[in-house]
Amino acid sequence: MATTIQVTVNGKAYSHDVDPRTLLVQYLRDVLGLTGTHVGCDTSNCGACTILVDGKAVKSCTMLAVQADGSEVKTIEGMADNGTLHPLQEGFREEHGLQCGFCTPGMIMTSADLLERNPNPTEHEIREALEGNFCRCTGYHNIVKSVQYAAKKISNQEKVA
Amino acid sequence: MIPNKFDYHRATSVDEAIRLMAQHGMDAKLLAGGHSLLPAMKLRLNQPGVLVDIGRLAELRYIKKEGDSLVIGAGATHDDIANSDMARSTLSMLSEAANLIGDVQVRNKGTLGGSLAHADPAADWPAVMIAAHANIELRGPNGSRTVSADDFFTGFYMTALAEDEIITAIRIPAPPKGTHSSYQKFMQPASRFAIVGCAASVTKDGGVCQKVSVALTGLSDTAFRASNVEAALTGKKLTKENIAAAAQAAGEGVMAMGDHFASEEYRLHLAKVFAKRALMAAAE
Ligand SMILES: Cc1cc2nc3c(=O)[nH]c(=O)nc-3n(C[C@H](O)[C@H](O)[C@H](O)COP(=O)(O)OP(=O)(O)OC[C@H]3O[C@@H](n4cnc5c(N)ncnc54)[C@H](O)[C@@H]3O)c2cc1C
Ligand code: FES
Ligand code: FES
Repeated sequence: MATTIQVTVNGKAYSHDVDPRTLLVQYLRDVLGLTGTHVGCDTSNCGACTILVDGKAVKSCTMLAVQADGSEVKTIEGMADNGTLHPLQEGFREEHGLQCGFCTPGMIMTSADLLERNPNPTEHEIREALEGNFCRCTGYHNIVKSVQYAAKKISNQEKVA
Repeated sequence: MIPNKFDYHRATSVDEAIRLMAQHGMDAKLLAGGHSLLPAMKLRLNQPGVLVDIGRLAELRYIKKEGDSLVIGAGATHDDIANSDMARSTLSMLSEAANLIGDVQVRNKGTLGGSLAHADPAADWPAVMIAAHANIELRGPNGSRTVSADDFFTGFYMTALAEDEIITAIRIPAPPKGTHSSYQKFMQPASRFAIVGCAASVTKDGGVCQKVSVALTGLSDTAFRASNVEAALTGKKLTKENIAAAAQAAGEGVMAMGDHFASEEYRLHLAKVFAKRALMAAAE
């Protein structure tokens, strides 16, 4: 029995009939074509599929699309503003926070949740916040620097504004 | 991917969820945060034909004071509890445990009620709720009842919850003056589940242990009260030596589990170490 859902993804409203067993990540990738959200493990462990649902980081492989009915979803595709990279995206580029890039969308979305709660995190707090995101390439150091870069940039922007 | 098909209903109230559960019987399962159930469904360990979603019910998601008690709605997420000053000031082990569960993504979705109902032998909340003398409030088609955390966990993934009942709230009595608590765990490095976890609450008067409450998780098929540790410390001076001696009783007479992360023997050793750490922190 298909269920009708209404979700806003990256500011755009969608309505679809979905099979209830469709995972939110399958809906984003296969129905909406938003393939920036990756599936690394499909066992809730790696964090590659992390997106924001109503502003909170969640693993979209561990949530049904029907559970997101009525929610605001944000994926990596929604981070840049009219072609200007989000400070987190810029940070990952400037600080070499990625190598193969597979984990990066998840890293960025989890970091977005962190910076929303704690705009000025310590190195330890960044490492704690990224506990649920695995990277097989970078060794994490540059990821931490990338998040620090973004935190600094955002706080400078706010001072100017 | 979830291999089996099922029907989905989002309940608009607890009463509607109870009606839906009664209507669909054994084939139905409640869905809260989904962070135990969905992984189990992917592995075909659980194959419900109907899911009744209670994950959006505002009536289950709160943390409040009622009289002297702290009342946490079953739908409060681990993250809600981790960030609650009310929870922290009632018993700091509540926020310590909440912060040690999985990772931020898991804490954003997983709920207290879901964790207690699931009763994973390595889960954190069962030990904390036993040590907190919590009462678990259940509602079903025939009304409400309350079960103490001591009586709630009956075995390996087994609880006192009936098929058609919902956990609605967890009620924690105000601890006596001079009470401090702590939750300490040795975690599985990948999942952060407890290999062994210990929750301890100590009521101190003039350096003497008036009252102590200790519970262990991860050690055996279910979390349990470490009565022998409590007996060994009650009425004693809270010195390092007395605490260490009492902690030696942790796990005594328990049939410990072993797996490829930690053998029975190692878990029994960890029980003593973590009982001591939790008691030391609570007695500070
Ligand atoms: C990667 C990962 C790491 C984790 N690490 C930890 C950890 O370190 N420590 C820890 O303790 N847990 C850990 N968990 C488990 C997590 O805490 C779950 O959130 C929790 O066990 C279940 O809560 P839920 O709301 O997600 O429940 P669900 O998965 O929705 O439901 C679980 C079960 O409880 C039933 N249920 C749910 N709510 C109710 C209710 N109100 N009344 C009656 N029955 C109900 C459901 O029918 C189902 O059988 C981890 C999970 C993951 C995926
Ligand atoms: S794909 Fe979701 S956590 Fe790995
Ligand atoms: S950059 Fe390759 S997994 Fe992180």
